[in-house]
Amino acid sequence: MSAYDAIVIGAGHNGLTNAAYLAKAGLRVLVVEKNDYVGGAAVSRELHAGWTYSNCSYVCSMMRQAIHRDLDLGRHGLLLVPYLGTVNFGDGDERLIAYHDPQASYLELKRHSRHDADAMFRFQADLTRYSNFIRKTLLRTPPEPTSFRPRDIREFLYLGRQLWAMGEREIYEYVRFFTISAADFLEDYFENDLVKAAMASPGIIGTALGVESPGSAYILLHHVMGDVDGNIGAWGLARGGMGAISKALAAAFQGFGGEIRTEAPVARILVERGRATGVVLENGDELRAGIVVSNLDARRTFTKIIDRADLPDGIYEKARNFRIRGSSGKVNIALSGLPKFTGLPANRYVDRGGQAFTGSLRTMERAYDCWKRGTWSEDPFIESVIPSAWDPTVAPPGQHWMSNFIQYCPPELASGPWTPEKRDAFGESVIAKLERYSPGFRDLIVHMEVRTPHEIENEIGLTGGNIFQGELTIDQLFFNRPFPGYAQYRMPLKNLYMCGSSTHPGGGVSSACGANAAREILKDLRRPNTVPADDFDDE
Amino acid sequence: MNATDPYAGERLLLSPFHPRQQAYNLRDAWGAWNGYKFADHYYDAEYEYFCIRNQCGTYDICPMQKYEIRGRDAAAMLNRMVTRDVSRIGIDRVAYTVWCTDEGRVIDDGTIFRLAEDRFMLNCGSPCTAWLRQSAYGFADVEVRDVSDSLAGLSLQGPTSCAVLKRMGLTGIEQAKPFEIRHFPFAGTTLRVSRTGFTGDLGYELWIAREQALELWDALYAAGADYGIQPYGEAATNMARLEAGFIMPFMDFTEAFKTVRFEHDQTPFELGLGWLVDFDMPHFSGRAALLEERRRGPAWTLARLDIEGNWPADGSIVYDSEACRKDIGYVTSAMWSPAVKANIALAMLRSEHLRGPIWVEIYKSKDLRPYRRMARASLRKGPFWAPPRARQTPPSDH
Repeated sequence: MSAYDAIVIGAGHNGLTNAAYLAKAGLRVLVVEKNDYVGGAAVSRELHAGWTYSNCSYVCSMMRQAIHRDLDLGRHGLLLVPYLGTVNFGDGDERLIAYHDPQASYLELKRHSRHDADAMFRFQADLTRYSNFIRKTLLRTPPEPTSFRPRDIREFLYLGRQLWAMGEREIYEYVRFFTISAADFLEDYFENDLVKAAMASPGIIGTALGVESPGSAYILLHHVMGDVDGNIGAWGLARGGMGAISKALAAAFQGFGGEIRTEAPVARILVERGRATGVVLENGDELRAGIVVSNLDARRTFTKIIDRADLPDGIYEKARNFRIRGSSGKVNIALSGLPKFTGLPANRYVDRGGQAFTGSLRTMERAYDCWKRGTWSEDPFIESVIPSAWDPTVAPPGQHWMSNFIQYCPPELASGPWTPEKRDAFGESVIAKLERYSPGFRDLIVHMEVRTPHEIENEIGLTGGNIFQGELTIDQLFFNRPFPGYAQYRMPLKNLYMCGSSTHPGGGVSSACGANAAREILKDLRRPNTVPADDFDDE
Repeated sequence: MNATDPYAGERLLLSPFHPRQQAYNLRDAWGAWNGYKFADHYYDAEYEYFCIRNQCGTYDICPMQKYEIRGRDAAAMLNRMVTRDVSRIGIDRVAYTVWCTDEGRVIDDGTIFRLAEDRFMLNCGSPCTAWLRQSAYGFADVEVRDVSDSLAGLSLQGPTSCAVLKRMGLTGIEQAKPFEIRHFPFAGTTLRVSRTGFTGDLGYELWIAREQALELWDALYAAGADYGIQPYGEAATNMARLEAGFIMPFMDFTEAFKTVRFEHDQTPFELGLGWLVDFDMPHFSGRAALLEERRRGPAWTLARLDIEGNWPADGSIVYDSEACRKDIGYVTSAMWSPAVKANIALAMLRSEHLRGPIWVEIYKSKDLRPYRRMARASLRKGPFWAPPRARQTPPSDH
């Protein structure tokens, strides 16, 4: 008799989502977490008194509204607040401001290029059409392409119908979209380099690809298909930081009777006669359960916490070769005041939202060259946001904090292992770039947290510091995620499942992986499904 | 506007806060309310809604109708007019109420401020002079004065609203309980602050002589700069009040005196406001009709609906079945609620169908082509959204 029906390893947002739906179905569920806090990479921590950082993930648009609604996360304290868009900073004095208001947005684009202001309408319509299709797959289990089971055939028919309804031409467009680079994709629409750079930047965020690399066009789509309250492409901040999402999910889970054990790192998954039967914690505790669900990435799950001898042939190698290269760093900065940026009007709606220090396509590609050579760039692409300008709970009044996401930062340096000195030098490269666009920035700094892939891996457990738990290229997407043949959340050992971003639909704070996995688990356990269908309305 | 303006007679009046609000109204999104130029939104309706839920914002309540009622008979006169017992409102307290025709149909709703034993302020959305005069008939010592144009009102709502007032120097404001009134010296006059509002969130309403309006605005906005203060208009108000479950005149009910067709107006019981009707009072306008209605039960009930899917159900007809066998009512207000993450609505339903299935017929346009969907709805008890901070004393700073 097992003490638990299910043990979920890792209290990241997908682990908590998965656990919540299993507990909602009446299972006795335990979540074990290595850190002394829940949330994984959706976390808020006060590292300096008075300031609450979203230490890892920092904005949100993929969160499945249907799950937010179904688990009543609002009642558990979650409020997603959209912010008013991002300013793109060119290499020189050029600035491209994104406005919510369509007229303001049109006028701004026209200032850069009459042609591009017009082309933007077609670009947005095309992106919306692509998104509408991909979004439909998010809260569904990918079908197995080689299977003749009725459910897989049905699912393929469903997808085929959706695709066909968009017109024959779109099928070719999709093939193209998944395989070309962001830069090539944008070449079809725009002429202005800052406009192109601004639109291309979502194509590299979190990925070990450059704007010129094939495959980056899909990453672009992955970043713009989210929404806040139905506004596709909008981004939101969680009030209280990204940890508010995890806290709300944890509260929902505990509300269903679930149990969370923190500071409980798993040493290995117990396997007996080809079945997962529980976990052994690093402190030696042995916990038994009917099923085990790993929210860790695929590489970590199969190469770190399962005995290689317990695995069927080939799985270890698949996991070892799973592409999960870290490419980004994060610098969180507490500030004594609001930084002022050059070249911007003193407009309270645009001077404190998001900032993308995009430069140009060339600057971004050069930064990628540095990554390939195993160094960080002295002129990195930085995507920033000042959450405190929108959220009164994360910094003292009148003071601020700035989240800076840096692309690129290699997990392994050509010069040898990461050291605290090298980490600080990386941080300094970011400050230097910010100082260039905001003279006096340095004087505002109260506290700083610098995270290279090294810190991200060691603290959060994301292999290589890859924020998506594995790269989002077509060889690792949909029915290929994490490995061909294992896309339906069931893993090669009986009673072992995965529920993290290494599974479909991949990275981003969406709760979709965890929810999809729960649906499959409940099916195997012959329990009624507790996971809602997506409320995406274009059916 | 000047004396030679031939169109002066038809131009909208300007609120005393207009010079500041105009500067904020980057979208020129103006509407009108009671003859005043009035913002639908200033910058972005959704952003302004989130100021109410996340930071704080101000809403101009100058166009609201404000009446000062004073005299020895003031309480008695109001008690004959409204459905609540105003003698039970303490001094420096506020009460929400409705007033009805003899037939028990709602004329309007509003708030009554008790400023002294013999002095009240009545606030409501629509002009009420004629009915007030009629209600005062026969009382020897009561004076009704319309102070709508001389008293400026500004509503400050949102989780940081108390922090802003503290920073402005209103010492002790954090001790004010919901529906309490406090007075503070300000700019050589008195600033009245009530812990009231129309958003369901933490919030206050600030009242001052028209002449000091801009001084109040400037002090408030200086104090609020670090707390996200932003003016919001009708669009954001309408979202916040619907989440709070508050009714809006001319949307969720039609004022009795403006209603053309028989019983197309509403009774307090139909609006879910039966709790406002105090039958312990020996007489008030509409008492007999409402007693009868209480016995019989209301023919209609304004219900709070949680509708599946995310298509807002504006203007929808409500049915008893997916096949639309019988229509059982109509939606009066609807929206997708960002805070609750639910598709919410108020709907006027025939009371006998409240226990049965509820289906809402919704239309939505995609690339200009309308699509129809029947969506199942369930009844919600209580407000859709009611954060604990709205009731806490002292409230937190955010």
